[in-house]
Amino acid sequence: MNGAEYLLFILMLSVFLGFELINKVPATLHTPLMSGANAISGITVVGAVALAGNGQENLAQWLGAGAVALASVNVVGGYMVTDRMLGFFKKKEG
Amino acid sequence: MDTTLVTGLGYVVASGLFIFGLKMLGSPATARRGNMVSATGMLIAIVVALLDQGIVNYTWIAGGMVAGGLVGAVVARSVAMTSMPEMVALFNGLGGSASLLVGWAALTPDAATFTLVTIVLSILIGGVTLTGSLIAYGKLSEKLGSGQIVFSGQQIVNSLVVLGVVVGAVLFVMEPTNATWLYVVIGLALVFGVMAVIPIGGADMPVVISLLNSYSGLAACAAGFAIDNNVLIVAGSLVGASGIILTQIMCKAMNRSLSNVLFSGFASVSNEVTEIEGEIKPINADDAYYILEAASSVAVVPGYGMAVAQAQHVVKELANLLEANGAEVVFGIHPVAGRMPGHMNVLLAEADVPYDQLLEMDEINPRMESVDVAIVIGANDVVNPAAREVESSPIYGMPVINVADARTVFVLKRSMASGFAGIENPLFYKENTRMLFGDAKESLGKLVSELSS
Repeated sequence: MNGAEYLLFILMLSVFLGFELINKVPATLHTPLMSGANAISGITVVGAVALAGNGQENLAQWLGAGAVALASVNVVGGYMVTDRMLGFFKKKEG
Repeated sequence: MDTTLVTGLGYVVASGLFIFGLKMLGSPATARRGNMVSATGMLIAIVVALLDQGIVNYTWIAGGMVAGGLVGAVVARSVAMTSMPEMVALFNGLGGSASLLVGWAALTPDAATFTLVTIVLSILIGGVTLTGSLIAYGKLSEKLGSGQIVFSGQQIVNSLVVLGVVVGAVLFVMEPTNATWLYVVIGLALVFGVMAVIPIGGADMPVVISLLNSYSGLAACAAGFAIDNNVLIVAGSLVGASGIILTQIMCKAMNRSLSNVLFSGFASVSNEVTEIEGEIKPINADDAYYILEAASSVAVVPGYGMAVAQAQHVVKELANLLEANGAEVVFGIHPVAGRMPGHMNVLLAEADVPYDQLLEMDEINPRMESVDVAIVIGANDVVNPAAREVESSPIYGMPVINVADARTVFVLKRSMASGFAGIENPLFYKENTRMLFGDAKESLGKLVSELSS
């Protein structure tokens, strides 16, 4: 698209935003934060699908397919386990 | 053309949902919905990516997604909360390896220099994350010894590996058509991941796992540059930032710098034996019961030993009985208690302890003097008063939970062996400390049955 400097610009803004957001997460939620972040890092699947589906039976396709599988474990497993954990957190009743 | 616009807008929405989801993680009340928001963002990003016109064959995509999704779902459903650290370590590694593969696959003969640099970065970070996480997994699940692995000449070997990585990376960028350099970079990145984690001991695992979490995000970020995809950059850098912040918090909680954790481990403990005054006073469950029955304020301080003994449920039972007996019960959680950030909180939440009963170190320390009984369960270094009192101690200066300020301290402990850090703990010799030896779960079970009869 608009080249490297545009992507670097995005990078800088997201890093600052990330620091601001995460600093507000209380210690009690650090494990779910980590597994949730883990699920987000499975975003690689988005890049991998275009490679896995290039239809050219070449190395890029096989590498892409592998990446789709690995990142899918992250996405599905990460979100599910985070949801399971967060389901445990309850406020004191009454 | 229209599909590019849809793709672009879809990625914008997805990024927004990731950010909003993380914001909702800022409070336990909204956290679960925040996770759903984030997952929705991921779903949108994936659907949009599948609309890409470059995709001509969906067979391998579907195969990969089904296989990976199934594995992920099974693991997520079956993993025990005590094993969360090793599962997260493993998932970090998978994320890193996925980014490695994407960076590799993005390599084309006509790639620009900037793209080549980002390809090298995603391969390097991804590779280090992969093998580093596997070693961390091995240590956390005790498949490997959890101690440090050090050998003479380690620094030299590491320096050579780093040098090799840099040289290999430069040669690769200069001559991308020569596959040898690519394989050299991949191989050395994998080796470096192993070398970076083996010298780090079990007690430092919270730092390592946070750092690897960060790397898995940075690897995705680098892969985003390699394939010119902005949603990868946004999501990857959010994860990278999250991991770095957690790393910082963990280091601060141990009063050590990151480089100290990564490169030195605990400096070999000085041999001069510091005289510890006082003697160990064991107590049995009967006597402990009488003291607890009279207590009006109780603080429980758990550590990794609680997870090992699977004692979180019986702790909750004990807390219920004490509360029914009129006592106020709180839990004091040290930031590095357990093997990953927030590990104790999740275990106790699973056992139905409400999160507003879990106090952070800074909240519980000022009120420790008014606590009648502090119960230390499987924690050692995080309650070690040597951190405050003994200047020669390797952990001197580390913030600890000041259980010794309570009127009486019960320490539940299997034996007199020292903690992971291998440091003597003067707490055990204090005037107001009583040692309740044995398996934590059994000892607590005895107290529960006495209190409920």
